[in-house]
This record gives sequence, C-alpha cells and structure tokens, in this order.
Amino acid sequence: MKLLKNHPKYVHFIALLTVFFLLCLTVTPNETNILWRLPPLFAGLPGSINGFAEHLMYDWFPVEIYDPELEEYETSALVRELTRGFSRGVLFCIEFVREILLGGVKTIVVFTSWDFVGDNKWAVWPALPWTVVSGGVMLLGYALRGKALALLAGLATAYIAIFGQWEPAMETLSFVLIAAPVSCLLGLFLGAVAYKSKAAETILMPLLNVAQTMPHFSYLIPVMVFFGVGDHAGAIATIIFATPPMIRLTLLGLKRVSLEVIEAGAMNGCTNAQMMFKVLIPTARRDILIGTNQVIMQCLAMAVIASFIGAKGLGFNLLLALNQLRIGQALELGICIVLIAVVLDKLSLAWANKQTDYFADYRFVQRHKYGIFFLVFLVACVMLSVLGKFIFAGGINYFHLIPHNQGITTELFWQSGVDWMVENWYRGLQTFNNWLIIDVLMPMKTAYLGMPVSATFVLVMGIGFIIGGLRSALIVGGLLLFIAFTEWWDRALITAYMTSFAVLVSALIGIVVGSLCAQNSFASKLILVVCDTLQTFPSFIYLIPVIMLFGVTDTSVLIAVIVYATIPAVRYTVEGLSSVPATLQDAGSMAGVNKLQRWVNIEMPLAFPHIMLGVNQTVVFALFMVIIGAMIGTDDLGQYILKALSDKNGIGNGLMLGLCVAFLGLAVDHLIRTWADQKKVALGMA
Amino acid sequence: MRNLTRSFAVALSVTLASVSGQAFAEDSSKPIVIPTHNWSSQVVMAYVIGGIFENMGNNVEYVPADTQAVYEAIRNGDVTISHEVWQSTFGASFYNAMAKGGIIDAGTHAAMTLEEMGVPQYVIDDNLCPGLPNWEALANCPEVFATADSGGKGRWLEGPQSWHGDQMPERLAGLGLDDKYMVKFAGSADALWAELESAKKERRGVITFNWTPNFTDAEGFVFIEFPEFFQGCRVGDGGDGACGSPKGWLKKAANYKFPKTHPAAYTAFSKISFTSTDIGQMAALVDIDKMSHQDAAKAWLAAHEDVWKPFTE
Repeated sequence: MKLLKNHPKYVHFIALLTVFFLLCLTVTPNETNILWRLPPLFAGLPGSINGFAEHLMYDWFPVEIYDPELEEYETSALVRELTRGFSRGVLFCIEFVREILLGGVKTIVVFTSWDFVGDNKWAVWPALPWTVVSGGVMLLGYALRGKALALLAGLATAYIAIFGQWEPAMETLSFVLIAAPVSCLLGLFLGAVAYKSKAAETILMPLLNVAQTMPHFSYLIPVMVFFGVGDHAGAIATIIFATPPMIRLTLLGLKRVSLEVIEAGAMNGCTNAQMMFKVLIPTARRDILIGTNQVIMQCLAMAVIASFIGAKGLGFNLLLALNQLRIGQALELGICIVLIAVVLDKLSLAWANKQTDYFADYRFVQRHKYGIFFLVFLVACVMLSVLGKFIFAGGINYFHLIPHNQGITTELFWQSGVDWMVENWYRGLQTFNNWLIIDVLMPMKTAYLGMPVSATFVLVMGIGFIIGGLRSALIVGGLLLFIAFTEWWDRALITAYMTSFAVLVSALIGIVVGSLCAQNSFASKLILVVCDTLQTFPSFIYLIPVIMLFGVTDTSVLIAVIVYATIPAVRYTVEGLSSVPATLQDAGSMAGVNKLQRWVNIEMPLAFPHIMLGVNQTVVFALFMVIIGAMIGTDDLGQYILKALSDKNGIGNGLMLGLCVAFLGLAVDHLIRTWADQKKVALGMA
Repeated sequence: MRNLTRSFAVALSVTLASVSGQAFAEDSSKPIVIPTHNWSSQVVMAYVIGGIFENMGNNVEYVPADTQAVYEAIRNGDVTISHEVWQSTFGASFYNAMAKGGIIDAGTHAAMTLEEMGVPQYVIDDNLCPGLPNWEALANCPEVFATADSGGKGRWLEGPQSWHGDQMPERLAGLGLDDKYMVKFAGSADALWAELESAKKERRGVITFNWTPNFTDAEGFVFIEFPEFFQGCRVGDGGDGACGSPKGWLKKAANYKFPKTHPAAYTAFSKISFTSTDIGQMAALVDIDKMSHQDAAKAWLAAHEDVWKPFTE
C-alpha cells in the first residue's frame, strides 16, 4: 500500500505487465481469433488509392493536347499536363546550373530547338574548366569567412577533380543547388505561415510528423508517376524529404524570439513584412541556420536514393560501383558527397553570419574587388585550359576537366583492405554471428511474432496511459490500429523487433560515447564532426563489406542500422551534457563530488530529457535504416516497400506501407516526447 | 493539253506523296531517352545502342532509373526504350505495365538467358556436394549450404521477392526438399554478389540465384539441373512447381509513340539482336578491362561494325 502511494506508476506498470503476459499465454494463435490478429479491413485500401491516383493522372478532366512530333491531337489529363509542365520547369533550372558547370546544349535547345542545335554545331555551351569552379569557390569562401574556409573549399574541390569525380560531382551539385534553396525558402515560408496562423500550424504539424517518419522509398513511385523520371523527380523527392526539418526549426526559432524584441520592432513602426524580415527572422537566425544545415545534410543524404528515379551524378555512379563490388571506388564517391555537404554547409553558414557594413563608403573597385578578381581569374584559367590542350596534346587536358574515373585513385588500397578483412576476420566473427542469431535474434523475433494483437495493444496503450493519461493512450492506440487493420501486421512486428534491438544498442553506445566525449571540449567538437560526416556518408557503402563479413542475415542489417542510428544518440547526449549550467557544476564541486558522482547525480538527471529526445531521433533513424536494410534482405515492411516498386498497385501499396512505418515511429515519438516534456517541467527547464 | 495537265497533276501528287512520305520517315530531332541501370552490361549496351542511334543522326539522352520502376516510366513516355527486359526478373513488371497500355514489345535479342539457382565453380571442383549439378544430390548435403539463420537446413539465397515471388519456396516443396532446405530472399543483386565474393574467399558452399550472360560467367558458375520446365508446372499455373526455369528471352521494350516519332530509329531498334557473346564482350570491357562504360561502348562499336551496321540498314 505504501508502495502504491509513493510510486503509483511502478505499481501500474507491474499490473500492466502482468495483464500483458497473461494475454500472451492465454490467447490461442488462430487466424480467426480476433484477440490474436485483427481482420485486414484495410486490405482493399491500396487498390483504391492506386485507382484514385491513376484516375487523377490519366482520366480526370481530359484535355486535348497537340503533339508537334506526330502532328496530331491526343487526349491527356489535366493533372498530368500540369505536373509534367512543372517537371519541365524544374528540369530547366537544373540543366541550366549543370550546363554552366559542365557545358551542354539543353539550355540552348529550350530557346531554339533540337533541329537548330543539330544544324548549328557551334551552338554548344562550353564547360567551365575545373580550375575556375575551384578558384571561384575558394574566393567565395575567402570573401565570406577568410583563409580557413578558402583552404577547405580548395582542398575539397581539388580532391573531387584530381580523383576524377568532377563530372558526377557537378551533376549532383547542380541538382542540390536547386533542391536546397527551394527547400530552405519553402521551409522558411511555411514556418512563417505556421507562426502567424494557429490554424496553419495545426494542419502542418501532423503532416510534418508523417513526412519526417515516412521512409523515402515509399514515395518514390508516386513522385515518379506524377512527375516522371529524371533529375527533376530526384529533386522533387529530395525537397519533400528536406523541407520538414526547415519548417520545424523556423517555427521553433520564431517562437523563441522574445517579446521585448517584437515590441521594439513595433515601437519603431515596422510593417508586417518589415517585422518578419528585419526583426523576427534575423533574431531567430540561430535556429533557422540549424535548419539550413539540416536541409543540406538531407539533400546530400538523398543523393543515392534520388538516383533510383533518375538523378544523375555521384549517387548513380556509387550504385554502379557497388554492383561491381568496387568498394574503393564507391568510398571515393561517398567522400565526394560528404565534401560537397561540408563545403556547402560552411559556405551557407558564413553567408548567413556575414554582417552588412552599412557605413562603409567604398569606391567602385573596392566594392567589387572580388568580382573583378574572379573575372581576371576566369580569363587566366580559360587561357590555361587552352594552353593545356597543347601541353597534353591528344591526351587528357588536366587543366580543363579530368574525365570520370581517370584521375588518381586509392581504390586498390581499400579493395585489398576489405579483402584482408574478409579473409582474416570472417571465421572469428562467424562464432559471434552464430551466437547472436541463434541465441538472441531468432528468439526475439519469435517472441515478437508470438504476441497476440490484444496483448500488444494492452501493453502499448497501457504505457501511453501511464505516461500521458487517456489522451496518449488513445493516440498511440489509434496509430497502431491503422497498422493492425492492414495485411502487414506481422511484417510490422518484424520491423518493430529489428528497430527495438537496434535502438537499445544504439542508445547504449550513444550515451556512453557521448558522455565520454562531453568531458572534453575538443573531443565533443570532434565527435560532432564525425556525426555530421556519418550522417551524409552514404550507408550503402558499408552495407557491402558488412554482408561479406556477416552474410545476408539480420545481423548485417542490424549492424548497418546501429552505425546510423547511434549518430543522434551521441549528438544529443553531447549537447545535453554540455548545456548543464556551470553554476550547478560548481555547486557540485563544492559539495566534493568526484567525476562519476557528478555524472550520475548532476549531469545525467539534468540532461536526461534532452538525451531522450536524442533517443527519439534514434528511433526515427533506426526505422529509416531498417527499411533501407531491405536492400540486404529482410522480410519486414521494408521488403514490401521495395517490392511495391514493381507491384501493380505500386502507388497504393508504397504509400500505405510508408504510413505503417511512419505510424510506428510516431507512436514511439509521442510516448518519448510526452515523457520528456513532463520531466522538463518537473526539472524546471521548460 | 488536257493530257499534259493530268500528267502534271499526277506527277505533282506523286512528288507530294513522296515528299510527305519522306517527311513521315524522318526521325524527330527530340532525344531518345535510354535508361541506365546498375549493372555493367546494361549500361554499356545503353551507350552502344545510343551510339547506333547517334550514328543514324538521332539525339540521345541517358537517365538512371530503377530496374523495376522503369516500365512505368516508359509507359508514361518519360523514358523511350528499355533494351534488357529479362524474362523471369522483369517479366512481371513489363507485363503489368503493358496491361495498362503505353508500352510495346520491340522484339527479342538472340541471346538466350537462363536465370536459375546455382553454385560457384569451386563447389563442383572441390566436390563439396558429390553429384551436383544434378538437383537430386542436394538431398545429401544440406549441411554444406547451412548458415546461422537457416535453422540447420541448407540455404538457397534467392533474389528479392519482387523478382519471382514464391517460386523458389514452392519449387523446394514440390521437389520434396523443403525439410532440408529453406529460401532466404536477398534484397538486391549487390547482396548476391557480396555473398558470392565472401564465399569464394573461404571456398565455402553457397547456393545463389544467378543468371547468364553475366559477369560471373568469367569465374565459372554452374547452374543446378532441375527437372525440365514444361507449361503448367508452376504452382501459379496449377502444377506442383517441381521444375527448373525455362531458357528465357531477353526482350526490348519501347514507348508506343517511338515508332511514330522516330520510325527509322525504331526499325533499327526492333532489328537489334545481340547474342550472349556480344553481351559478354560488352560486360568484360568494363568488368575485366576496367574501362569506363562510355569508352567500353565506343571500343565495342568500333570493333564490331559488322554486327551492328546491318541493324541500321
């Protein structure tokens, strides 16, 4: 009785577990038993979604379109013509940027015709020599920030050029240079709208939640059907993927602007627009910049996936290299992706932080010194490239462009490294692999699949009730009910099994590593850089060596998941621990705590809500990678999403499966967030 | 005079007809969009066919696309052709798209394909399972092919489930091998190659799905000889599934407008018919000689004019 009074939640929890295990033991596994599995009421839904999308796309509102090629009219649908028109617009922008960097004829074709280009061989836009682009980026870095950024930009572009990845890298860059600004502006706009209007926020929030937890594989097919294949489709899928964090962070930043600042703006007589652009957004800059950083990371993280629906560049070449098991080459391509991400991130950061000097009174030359310098540089490099034609007569003009895969390469080194690893470690790892699969993973999977649906609901809704009352119980129950009514409940259980195992391990590793690194400011900076790198480094690359060592098994999938899902756990732990107020640390020191005591009694409790948000992100990341793990070979929701690419009901199946994954993530997200918010209030941090 | 006018009119109409006929026969200058997938022979062949089209004066464009999703794209006209439609792997996607309309069958390559379960050459050489490649030998050595997650049974490593659904598990059941073997679905072709590469280093037994012509032909890969395929043997067609794969076709597909917009290119495309040797040569230039895909295509086109020139005539 005393226990119930002091710790009511523990008692509730024990009661809940008892009911759960009783249900597990008593419910008989039988397909018609409603306590065991719910009937698949939603089984027809993918077909309907598909039918609806196809009707919209091919039949609704027919319009007559003149086809100049065939010289005849044909019937098309309005939506199809609209989306195709939009696609052409996006594609034009991408091609325009691409041809500035690499040359070509498509931009000229848009203003003339293919016949014109065919007849006039001179009508080709020349490629910029790589030295110009490299020098330009260095100059930009210097102008925005200084020598250090210029050096970084120079090294990165030189690496890309010398390793012979210039063409694919510029192709990737050209579509990122369209997708990233669009995502940022769109995110900024929607964030501002949500800030201004409560109604917009209420509508946006659930959409954002779904968009951020839905695996990108599941909307590839809809994007492809509506917008076609090509760089534009890749860019559109990337924008869908990259915009949500920007919206969220813009809204967060704007909400944090203190009332005094807004009042000062009002007193100075700001109009609505002035208030937004001159007061609110500059003040909320810090959060908005984190948003920009996230957009750039997400855009480059999509580089590989986008190549499934036609984006050219590093991603496609990477998949090609992996299919030939050329891991060294794939690694070099992966590094290019990371380098582009880092340079773009630093440049955008420097640009946003640059203060305008309103009082300077420069002469023309001073004001435009960088522009003039660039022009001089451009002329010099073009001359060098022409000169190169004679120096390297007949061969590769190294001053102009080093063709794909003709640069220097360290491929052999990595390849032999992987070979060595497989030859020397395989046997030893096999013992571990066998133990893990036979004694841990298989029993865990069987246990998950052996759970009656009634028991799962009691457990999850019960936890919801204990944490957040009836409201949480209903939200979580509703999300799961959707999955339970589809045909894929068993698949979802397998996804849940892999995700929960990966999250347990990742959170453990993340918190330990994060805590260790947080003890030292240099180490914490270093580990954050490692986190950024791993987040943009394409996970496909390490899938292959992992398969070689652990076979096509759940172990391989889980290792890949853990590598990726540990990132947010580490990041949030470091951030949480370093934000513990110094005064509290001092108070602890005065009370005579040692390092361990400080960690257990002061830092951990205070940072724990923030760390839990990291765990929350770990769940989302883990779900993502479990789905990509389908490329190794799983039998969960991910495999069905992959299969939807060739299904007759591809659009419907893909979207429904994507929603199942999203709802799994959202249920966990809701529980952790509610709990962390309560803790923050209890600690007086909210 | 009247005669003259009439003959003039006839001559005029004949000229007009031939002019307009010629106008129809001329290919549009709009680029032909060719998809590239993630394996060497396909990419090289894309550039080879692109090279043939360019030789005929057409504009060509390449776009990376997913192997399964590409048929939907052809149907919608975003991609013009596909030049490697493998019967058992992409047949389902191809016919699904065809049922919806917009995609046409543009003929078949001379190359016969085989897509079947098999073992690397060393499994035979080392006699890991005596009696192979006859399937009946499998019954005596499941332990050679067992893995940690196969529960003591031998493992068949199949391609992704999207390739042939449950054909392999059904075949195991039909052959009465299902108490000794299980099927694991790999998620992608890459996973198959990684497993083969890893197994080769250890020279351990492994049964995987594979096909020919493929780059694995160079190192030797032996397909298991199952009971011969016949119509109606598969479970979907009412049989018990106890048969191997048929010798398969390798087809070409095109968007339905392609014959109208590019009649000459379409005629050439429908005539294109590569043999297993041609495909092997294309893949070898990249996989063995380590050329880039574009260079490999150029080299192949230069060396084999006798093969491809007739297609364009």
